[in-house]
Amino acid sequence: MCLAIPALVKSIEGQEAGVELGGMSRKISILLTPEVKVGDYVLLHTGYAINVIDEEDAMETLELLAEMAVLEDEIEE
Amino acid sequence: MRFIDEFRNAELAKVVIERIHRRSKRHIRLMEFCGGHTVTILKHGIRQLLPPTVEMLSGPGCPVCVTANADLDKAIALAREPGVIITTFGDMLKVPGSYSSLQKVRADGAAVKVVYSTLDALQIAKENPEKAVVFIGIGFETTAPTIAASILQAEEEGIKNYYVLSMHKLCPPVIKALLDSGEVKLDGLICPGHVSAIIGSHPWEFAARDYGIGCVVSGFEPLDVLQSVEMLVEQLEKGEPKVEIAYRRGVRPEGNLRAQELMNAVFELSPANWRGIGVVPESGLRLRKEYQRFDAELSFDIDPGPPLEPKGCLCGDVLRGVKTPIDCKLFGGACTPEHPVGPCMVSSEGSCASYYHYGTL
Amino acid sequence: MEPFKDEKILLAHGSGGRLSHDLVEKGFLPAFDNPLLSKLDDSAVFEAKGRLAFTTDSYIVTPIFFPGGDIGKLAVCGTVNDLAMSGAMPLYLSVSFIIEEGFPLSDLKRVVTSIQQAAEEAEVKVITGDTKVVNRGSVDRLFVNTAGVGIVPEGVNISGSNALPGDKVILSGPIGDHGIAVISEREGLKFATPVKSDCAPLNKLVREMLEVSSEIHCLRDPTRGGLATTLNEFATQSKVGILIYEDMIPVRDGVRAACEMLGFDPFHVANEGRLVAAVAPNHAERVLERMRRNKYGVEAAIIGEVREEHPGRIVMRTHLGASRIVDMLVGELLPRIC
Repeated sequence: MCLAIPALVKSIEGQEAGVELGGMSRKISILLTPEVKVGDYVLLHTGYAINVIDEEDAMETLELLAEMAVLEDEIEE
Repeated sequence: MRFIDEFRNAELAKVVIERIHRRSKRHIRLMEFCGGHTVTILKHGIRQLLPPTVEMLSGPGCPVCVTANADLDKAIALAREPGVIITTFGDMLKVPGSYSSLQKVRADGAAVKVVYSTLDALQIAKENPEKAVVFIGIGFETTAPTIAASILQAEEEGIKNYYVLSMHKLCPPVIKALLDSGEVKLDGLICPGHVSAIIGSHPWEFAARDYGIGCVVSGFEPLDVLQSVEMLVEQLEKGEPKVEIAYRRGVRPEGNLRAQELMNAVFELSPANWRGIGVVPESGLRLRKEYQRFDAELSFDIDPGPPLEPKGCLCGDVLRGVKTPIDCKLFGGACTPEHPVGPCMVSSEGSCASYYHYGTL
Repeated sequence: MEPFKDEKILLAHGSGGRLSHDLVEKGFLPAFDNPLLSKLDDSAVFEAKGRLAFTTDSYIVTPIFFPGGDIGKLAVCGTVNDLAMSGAMPLYLSVSFIIEEGFPLSDLKRVVTSIQQAAEEAEVKVITGDTKVVNRGSVDRLFVNTAGVGIVPEGVNISGSNALPGDKVILSGPIGDHGIAVISEREGLKFATPVKSDCAPLNKLVREMLEVSSEIHCLRDPTRGGLATTLNEFATQSKVGILIYEDMIPVRDGVRAACEMLGFDPFHVANEGRLVAAVAPNHAERVLERMRRNKYGVEAAIIGEVREEHPGRIVMRTHLGASRIVDMLVGELLPRIC
């Protein structure tokens, strides 16, 4: 469960971080993700970062899905 | 928005859907455990896009829906205590307990504040030192660490008037209880992505190993869910059920160790009462002895009265995946979001509410 | 303005005595400045010919000041728009204040100025009013009620029950701005570019639409309950179904982000400067084109059509090409974790 959205870490002050999402900025707690760095994306749930998003994995997932799309087209031709 | 829009791409979705149609030969039953997944599926019309060989069942992964009346009644009784401010996530406000709801007692004058975060509740506690601020702790393993963090913060900052009523529950034990009941025949499980962000993917291994159920940890965007369905179809066509992570950007196999650490520091396992399922051992969380002074249950003497179950309500069966909302005689008639009989109709991700709002076409 | 130099509103300001009179004569009159009001009779008497439209609304928004507007602007636009949605040309407004004792006079001045400016833009006059002051705690700072009167031109017949299968559904601009602006102010959500309320008077936009078409069947402003509720109302009143396309419905990025975070559905978030119209299909393009030339219709779009199937229900073709129902808002919008 459930409602957690990706937010970009713009600043860190102690146990808080300033994050940005869709033009909105907010102060959140990074008590659960002390390893986070400025420039990371985190999953934001009820005011806390619950995980650092692995951007590489995200891009790979999309590429994989897209690659297979290309393969599909090729197979069809 | 980054990491959201890309996973709503309609072209990619089409491709994945086509592949699922081509690959899926056997009839399989998949359960999306998490209410958030149910919402994604219904909001984007995913059921319609899948082949008839893939049957989707909604599971009990809605922390609001599985809160037993007995527990909710405690929260409502606390709200009536003089000098108490109840802080709660919005999800709980309208859920009917045995006799009332938080919304109704608020209308009668009780101090009930909807908050977005425990951080807001802590702030309210600081600003109202003469009141007792009780946080209604619902949620699974995604949310429990944030409540643990708030208790640790309260301790560090010397906040003496902050309490938590813990009704937190854990997912893997209830899945096991469901599978053990034999009531539902499942082939695959779409595992909750954000719960798994905390606990990792290992806790789901028992389902593949002991029950032969395919498990894929899924994100919440439509492409995530479609990818997970595809991976489950692939596993089941091959007859090789296992645990896989589709939601790689959000979940590591070991989960978030720091969050687990905080959760375990503050909470310990306890039996929990799941609506419609009953008491499941070691499926809930209660505050450890060291943190008992934050425990609302122990700090207040309340008598909520005997819990009552609404007549004709099938929430229990719906939650276990044994019935669908439209099987319930009350659905859409006596039970609607305006005047809900059971929690499945109130919670924004409850099966009944989802069916009602996004509907059966 | 002399009476605004004192700091706070007192019970005496509402009691009808010296302070009350000062407030009206030196505070409100100069702001609203028109001969009907200045007479200060118990009622404003005027002549009007034709079919009259009459409406009232009370405004209780919290906080009273938010990005893009305040309770005063809202009070004028809301009532002006209700008149405009019947096709009426708004003429006159009444303004009533119920003020909490202790309310800062400087805030009242701000609200009065907003009312004045909004009334000027909408070309309506405030011709009568009332002020009451209540004990602390009896109202939340300030409540405002406005009632409005307008004239419906001959031949204009607009109603939520007039939609016909085949009509195109036109939305005048992005949804959710007002609700999110208010909530972001209330919850302290900060934006790099703040989401501003879309609060605006739409009577001129409507007049221009009526100039190019006599086949505008329905008009409504999707306020509380949002676009979904308004469309459902049309469908129910007209006994028709409506099909809309998710990809055609404009939503600003900031609104989307706030909705994602709080768990809101943009279709249920309030708007205060948008309208939805059901227009005969052969007129839709020209109405759309005219709307886009008005500053409040620049982003207008055709978002769907009215049909015979599924009467009373709204069906949406989702981004992925599937279909789902769009239901009305039930109760209040609440932030959620699930």
